[in-house]
Amino acid sequence: MSIEEKQREIIDEFAIYDDWMEKYEYIIELGKDLPLIDSSKKTDDRLIEGCQSRVWLDAAVNQGKLRLTADSDAIITKGIIGLLVRVYDNESPEDIVKSDLHFISEIGLQEHLSPTRSNGLASMVKKIKLMALSALAK
Amino acid sequence: MENGATRKFSVREIRQDFPALRQQVYGKELIYFDNGATSQKPQMVLDAINQYYSMDNANIHRGVHHLSQKATSEYEEARETIRRFINAPKKEEIIFTKGTTDGINLVATSFGELLQPGDEIIISAMEHHSNIVPWQMLANRKRLVLKVIPINKRGELLLEEYRNMLSPKTKLVAVAHISNSLGTINPLDQIIEAAHAVGAKVLVDGAQSIQHTKVDVQVMNCDFFVFSGHKVFGPTGIGVLYGKETLLDEMPPYQGGGDMISKVTFERTTYNDLPFKFEAGTPHIAGGICLGTALNYLNQFDSKELEEYERDLTEYAQEMLETFENIALIGTARNKTSVVSFTVQGIHPFDIGTLLDKQGIAVRTGHHCTQPLMDFYQIPGTIRASFAFYNTREEIDKFIAAVEKSISMLG
Ligand SMILES: Cc1ncc(COP(=O)(O)O)c(C=O)c1O
Repeated sequence: MSIEEKQREIIDEFAIYDDWMEKYEYIIELGKDLPLIDSSKKTDDRLIEGCQSRVWLDAAVNQGKLRLTADSDAIITKGIIGLLVRVYDNESPEDIVKSDLHFISEIGLQEHLSPTRSNGLASMVKKIKLMALSALAK
Repeated sequence: MENGATRKFSVREIRQDFPALRQQVYGKELIYFDNGATSQKPQMVLDAINQYYSMDNANIHRGVHHLSQKATSEYEEARETIRRFINAPKKEEIIFTKGTTDGINLVATSFGELLQPGDEIIISAMEHHSNIVPWQMLANRKRLVLKVIPINKRGELLLEEYRNMLSPKTKLVAVAHISNSLGTINPLDQIIEAAHAVGAKVLVDGAQSIQHTKVDVQVMNCDFFVFSGHKVFGPTGIGVLYGKETLLDEMPPYQGGGDMISKVTFERTTYNDLPFKFEAGTPHIAGGICLGTALNYLNQFDSKELEEYERDLTEYAQEMLETFENIALIGTARNKTSVVSFTVQGIHPFDIGTLLDKQGIAVRTGHHCTQPLMDFYQIPGTIRASFAFYNTREEIDKFIAAVEKSISMLG
């Protein structure tokens, strides 16, 4: 599935919720289901310090694909991380650089990606794109 | 009615004065419990802002024309309203600033000029970053020593330890009147008396007290008192520094520019008299005037009545939260008001805050600009509900139900 197809799929999944609390209930479930980052990998170089919640991102390029795992101390942040990982994980740096991240705003969660929200998510997306860019440059 | 009040306090009635309270967010009636961050504005203030920019707009202290004189006299009238509100002896002691932060920086820079290496400044463990960082910067610049009054688990200052810190080297004590994270009301009378006994001056950070309790700077006998307009139902970008005249006279100006001078040549400049010496440049004229309006709004009521009402709300919220087994209250001082801060076992404050928001409830989560205080409690932050007199017990009931629902979703 392409990045665009995965985004469409998520938008469809969220279409059934017309109530904010139901939507968040789903995000919380995603957060609970997302495997934790091994605590030995929760090192400072993987930490994205937000004012509100903290995010750990472990990313590496493996056989031409960007492989991602990520974690957060806040479960809602973690749920949204789960969505971002689903979209970007196992994609080529080229596709990631080219992609337009639009599903977050379409499912009504854009506030979580605003840099002023400072939950670490905006920095996480930026870091993923930068990693993809630098992999391309090599 | 007591204390010059002209209007009986009725929460149902006064809620009508605040248009922002009559709105829905995410399809839910807004419950605004973030008054510690900023307050909503009564119609009177909104009208005054509109009136000023519609009809009275002119620069002050420098025009021969009608509008300039009108704006000047309104601005100076507001200064007098502020003086009366905090019972300062003289109008010249009321300096307009941008806010609490600006007032503290003014004192740190200007009073700081009078200090010598090795002099000591005392702050407390519960201070807002704005009452920490300016003193750290000053201490670095002038090689001063910064000391911190510790607190107990309830969030009360340890006065014995404070007394032991004081010495003739102490030049300034800077403390919050009321803590923004904990709601603790600090015993200023004892703090100030002890400081004065060793010849130290005291700056009181009134950002969280001016809107919740009667402030009388003469009874308090503080040397400086600072607050922000926006937390006391007035506009943002305006605030007040009160300082004793003898001190303000001694202190060098903070910023140079128009209005603060009496004569300028390229060789030397003589400074204007108080308060203008500290008011360089065109000020926030509308802000000053409308801060006066906000205080006049409050002047209608008996401040005791508002204070008791807010204390009752705080106690009620605290009692309700105490019924949750997995909730820990942060800040349980015996003397506190208007703030309830708490954490939920195993749940991040950000998650609760996000879910409360979606239920129409505005609270603040995080460290509330008091990171050292959060370190003391060994928590990343709290969920903070902070009240104003326009909040109600019914809102607290809805808040408690929403907290319960959030916990059950997250747990
Ligand atoms: C105790 C305290 N001091 C200082 C400030 C800073 O006020 P301002 O941002 O209006 O300058 C605040 C505001 O949050 C506060 O609560």
